[in-house]
Amino acid sequence: MAKDELTVEKKIKEKEEIVESLLTPGHKACSGCGLALAARTVMNTAGKDIIVTAATGCLEVFSTSYPHSAWKMPWIHSLFENSAAVAAGIEVALKALGREKEAKIIAQGGDGATADIGIGCLSGMFERGHNILYVCYDNEAYMNTGVQRSSLTPFEAWTSTSPSGKVSWGNPTEKKNMPAIAAAHGIPYVATASVAYLKDLEKKVKKALDIVGPKYLQIHAPCPLGWAHEPYDTIKVAKLAVQTGLIPLYEMENGVITSVRKIAKKAPVEEYLKLQGRFRHLFKKPGFEKELERIQAMADATIKKFNLM
Amino acid sequence: MTKPEGTVSKPGSSKEYKTGAWRTKRPIFKLLKCNDCRICVAVCPDGVVFGTNKKYWADLDYCKGCGICAEECPMKDIEMIVEVK
Repeated sequence: MAKDELTVEKKIKEKEEIVESLLTPGHKACSGCGLALAARTVMNTAGKDIIVTAATGCLEVFSTSYPHSAWKMPWIHSLFENSAAVAAGIEVALKALGREKEAKIIAQGGDGATADIGIGCLSGMFERGHNILYVCYDNEAYMNTGVQRSSLTPFEAWTSTSPSGKVSWGNPTEKKNMPAIAAAHGIPYVATASVAYLKDLEKKVKKALDIVGPKYLQIHAPCPLGWAHEPYDTIKVAKLAVQTGLIPLYEMENGVITSVRKIAKKAPVEEYLKLQGRFRHLFKKPGFEKELERIQAMADATIKKFNLM
Repeated sequence: MTKPEGTVSKPGSSKEYKTGAWRTKRPIFKLLKCNDCRICVAVCPDGVVFGTNKKYWADLDYCKGCGICAEECPMKDIEMIVEVK
């Protein structure tokens, strides 16, 4: 009987693997990686008929340590800055061959590759109107090289290039509004998502892939290493980021906000910040109450701006 | 034909590398109060929780023991125990 059961288990397992994992296990992401979860969800939602490009970053490094690849689809990495440009080339090549209906193209990058290093290529891709979904996995710093700040690092977060200390409170600048920059190109679809709401993420990927033209999706993905939180808290941290109002989840079609994810129960920013080691100085250094108030004011302003409640 | 430098021709070959050895805690699926919500399947960063019909398990060859499944299980039906070698 036990033997029978095992065969059944194995069969179900094999079937599920074929259906489910397009980013196969055995990749070398840290335990509790939000980025791996986001990438896996995006790939599984998109299905197997896709061609994927990736920028340099954690995603590329952990998934393709030679001679292994964790990807089950045609996948290419070229440089840090040109994920969008490589994808554009693939799209044009498919069109020239008359095979553009056979595969959808997804370009991927981290927050650094998207908002700092690759923003030129990305802007070009938007402006030329290629039929590509660009996915930005936003873990709010350059995690692969040792937590350096990027322009999507939030206000007063510790990173190795914006350390907190006697004088400094961490990153002095606010998170760049990358979705608004994408929307300013007049592209048909811009959305933000979070790994805390996977159904919402799946819905947005499906919707984006059905739209013709350049699309931009920014996914908030916690990094246990860089944010210094417990690996099992990944979803909890991502959820609190949304519930505090610091990370608004919304969709923009042709430059107009068409839907926002309302906050059911607003959480104070302290709850989100105290789970993470990168904000530890906000609870220790003299005068921290004032800084917490500033961050709370930012969250309130975002809630008001997007009408989240 | 020789393949170009730096390419991997076998898709999904990362499965040859077993990440289960990284684990310090392992998930135990108690399957007592399971309500088939499939949250544990969805939230696994490595995609190694499988099963249907109130019967779920993690592939311990690859499970890194992060504990997200145990934390997110609404019925608290998954327990993390310290790995003994």
